[in-house]
Amino acid sequence: MNQKPTSKRITQQKIGYSALSLLALITVAPIIALGIYILVQGLSVISLEFLTGFPSDGMKAGGIFPAILGTIYLTLGTALFSVPPGVAAAIYLSEYAPDNRLTQLIRVSMINLAGIPSVVFGLFGLGLFVIFLNIGSSILAASLTLSIMTLPVIITASEEALRSVPTEFRVVSVSLGTTKWETIRRIVLPQGIPGIITGVILGLERAAGETAPILFTGAAFFLPMLPSSPLDETMALPYHLFVISTQVPGMSIDIQYGTALVLLTFVLGMNIIATVIRSRARARRQW
Amino acid sequence: MDTLFTHVRKKSKTEFIITRIIQFSGYLSILYVSLISLFLIKEGFPAIYSVPFDSVFGKYWYPIESYFSIWPLILGSITVMIGATIVAVPLGIGTGIYISEITPQWAKEFLKPLVEILAGVPSVVLGFIGIQVIVPFIRESFNLPTGLTAFTGSILLGWAAIPTIVSITEDSLNTVPGSYRQASLALGATPWQTIWGATLPAARSGVITAVMLGIGRVIGETMTVMMVTGNAPVVPQGFQAIFAPVRTMTATIASEMGEVATGSVHYQMLFLIGIILFLFSLIINIVAYLVSFRIVKRSERLLS
Amino acid sequence: MDKVIVENLSLAYGDGAESLKNINLRIPSNAVTVLFGPSGGGKSTFLRVLNRLNDLADVKTVTGTVTINGVNILDPWLDVIQLRRKIGMVFSRPVPLPLTIYKNVSYGLEVGGVRKKSVLDSAVEKALRQVALWEEVYDRLQDPANTLSGGQQQRLCIARVLVLNPEIILLDEPTSALDPISTKKIESLLNELSNTITIILAPHNSQQSARMADYAAFFLQGEVIEFGKGEELFLNPANQKTQDYVAGRFG
Repeated sequence: MNQKPTSKRITQQKIGYSALSLLALITVAPIIALGIYILVQGLSVISLEFLTGFPSDGMKAGGIFPAILGTIYLTLGTALFSVPPGVAAAIYLSEYAPDNRLTQLIRVSMINLAGIPSVVFGLFGLGLFVIFLNIGSSILAASLTLSIMTLPVIITASEEALRSVPTEFRVVSVSLGTTKWETIRRIVLPQGIPGIITGVILGLERAAGETAPILFTGAAFFLPMLPSSPLDETMALPYHLFVISTQVPGMSIDIQYGTALVLLTFVLGMNIIATVIRSRARARRQW
Repeated sequence: MDTLFTHVRKKSKTEFIITRIIQFSGYLSILYVSLISLFLIKEGFPAIYSVPFDSVFGKYWYPIESYFSIWPLILGSITVMIGATIVAVPLGIGTGIYISEITPQWAKEFLKPLVEILAGVPSVVLGFIGIQVIVPFIRESFNLPTGLTAFTGSILLGWAAIPTIVSITEDSLNTVPGSYRQASLALGATPWQTIWGATLPAARSGVITAVMLGIGRVIGETMTVMMVTGNAPVVPQGFQAIFAPVRTMTATIASEMGEVATGSVHYQMLFLIGIILFLFSLIINIVAYLVSFRIVKRSERLLS
Repeated sequence: MDKVIVENLSLAYGDGAESLKNINLRIPSNAVTVLFGPSGGGKSTFLRVLNRLNDLADVKTVTGTVTINGVNILDPWLDVIQLRRKIGMVFSRPVPLPLTIYKNVSYGLEVGGVRKKSVLDSAVEKALRQVALWEEVYDRLQDPANTLSGGQQQRLCIARVLVLNPEIILLDEPTSALDPISTKKIESLLNELSNTITIILAPHNSQQSARMADYAAFFLQGEVIEFGKGEELFLNPANQKTQDYVAGRFG
């Protein structure tokens, strides 16, 4: 065996470790820098008026309340159309699905659905919901589009949450004379709820930050009034940021950063909430 | 005292309905994927008849004058994709190894969430920072007429794909049994040699999957590329093309979808591009799935 | 009076492994019948046939009849829900449901549609008293069940079953995870219960068999080699194989 002398290998290790830590630094440092930079640049503009006021001066000044509200509407709409079917599908996959080709097909479909580029969802949403079904560019169409995109995330996280509930509980429950659904309803589902909620929030977080799927299915830049029904178009934070940073000459740079800050806070805030729910549930788990 | 067990099962009506709903929901993914493919084909396939085949592979995408070559768009996507991969793979795998194998537990507690934060940043915010910070930087540093280039896009996209690669790499490194590492160390190898000689090879398939899924994410990126690559649908010429504007397939759809008339040739061509993107992601995802699936099967057999 | 009449029972799993081979057995009511023998002999499988719990497993074929109260419980049209409420099961590891102590015991009743609090309260207290747990937990019924000790948890699991007034209780190595004191408590509980309930028990060691058995059946590789009164089987078995096992010549 041709072993290199130990000191040489240790030097090798030191160099190797340094190289890797450099890579990690290059990855991580910009993240922190990004956060701080946006915070610093955008904070000056954040105020109650900014968050609750309307745009003015041809959209170049004023507040971004309609965009914030729009993003909230879209997030809720997405939740409405993706959470119930998503959780139900997760229950099916975790508790009912047999181990056969059809189930494999379901899983492959889910993986594909998850990998489809967001702009293709936008295209699909435009073609199907806006045009073919004649819903028109609206909160409804945008929510439906976003919900299809969010579905795989919710199913995956929820299925994992349900599967992590120990099998013994199911066996015991059945041995006491329950039907399958009763066992799921009384034991499995309640125990899986924290994991499901975490997954839902993470899925919605992604939906809230997406621009491409809503570009032509419901997002608008200049709306004189707030949407009054799901069939209206709406402003939305990601789209707003996109337009003001690329298509509005003379746009105040502070407002751009401010908008980016609000969007980032919204999205990362959801992330933090999900993480907190997850760790608290883990601590209180009864198994 | 003795019960007579009845033979007829009183099945609850509600339970039956609920079970059927659950079953139907299970099939939704299949339904949606089929729906999307069918619709894309329905709207995009006619493009094959509307546009002469050779012009599809010409040099110009200029819809106003009926130049519908998708070639510059495909090349634009591929250029950015390759560039992003070059950025993402070393950084992603390196960071993944670093966090998983080298950092102590306390450091992991804040490094992991930090990387996950990057995963949560919306692509439009990345694009925005790109425009404000990276684009001018590239323009100055490389003395270019504009900082909106394929290179800029590669950097940003590569960086955005890192969290995907890191987390999957980490997961697969974590599933390597501790006994592998211990055996290697017991033979006198340094921890560094152990990583490269024992742990990483064992996690090989997971790492490959991580890279493939990272690339998949890159291809699908829309907003970031749209904002920083200059949106010029020209065929990249030569190596310097990296430093020139390009346009990707995704950016094309996003930029032009709003302006097309339903059913027009332009409309159909955009859907055709959508089909191509759909197929790209389909292939990558299936290959990644098969790779990880096959290795799982193989390791199951080895360990049993 | 025989409670369970098993005739020509055979069972094979999906992978072809034959678990039970042509079993014929008559289990008397209101007594403790012990199923003993080396592991892999089919005792667990047999127990799970009795409450149709093997429906959940990958079972390929089940032939023969198992008659309880005049009904063949292997009948596919049988209401298994009702069956399982009358035949309770206690498992080798105590598995409290992720609920409060109270809810663990009331679970069976609530699932069966009982809603009135007063009814539930008195049923829970009665069951907990039966297992001698009431004094220890009456002031913390709303605590999670997993705060109890192992022995307490297993008694809770028995209470959980008792609340449904079962006619048969199946126990699969119920004290294998418990200390000797808890084991003793549970064994005396089972003896007491056997006055009114048929107890079928697969013990986790021979000494437990000898202590508990009113009747005993020797299971070996899926067959019942011998069945009879406890003392007879352990002190004076008729079959050579039984004698070999009891004498410890194999195990």
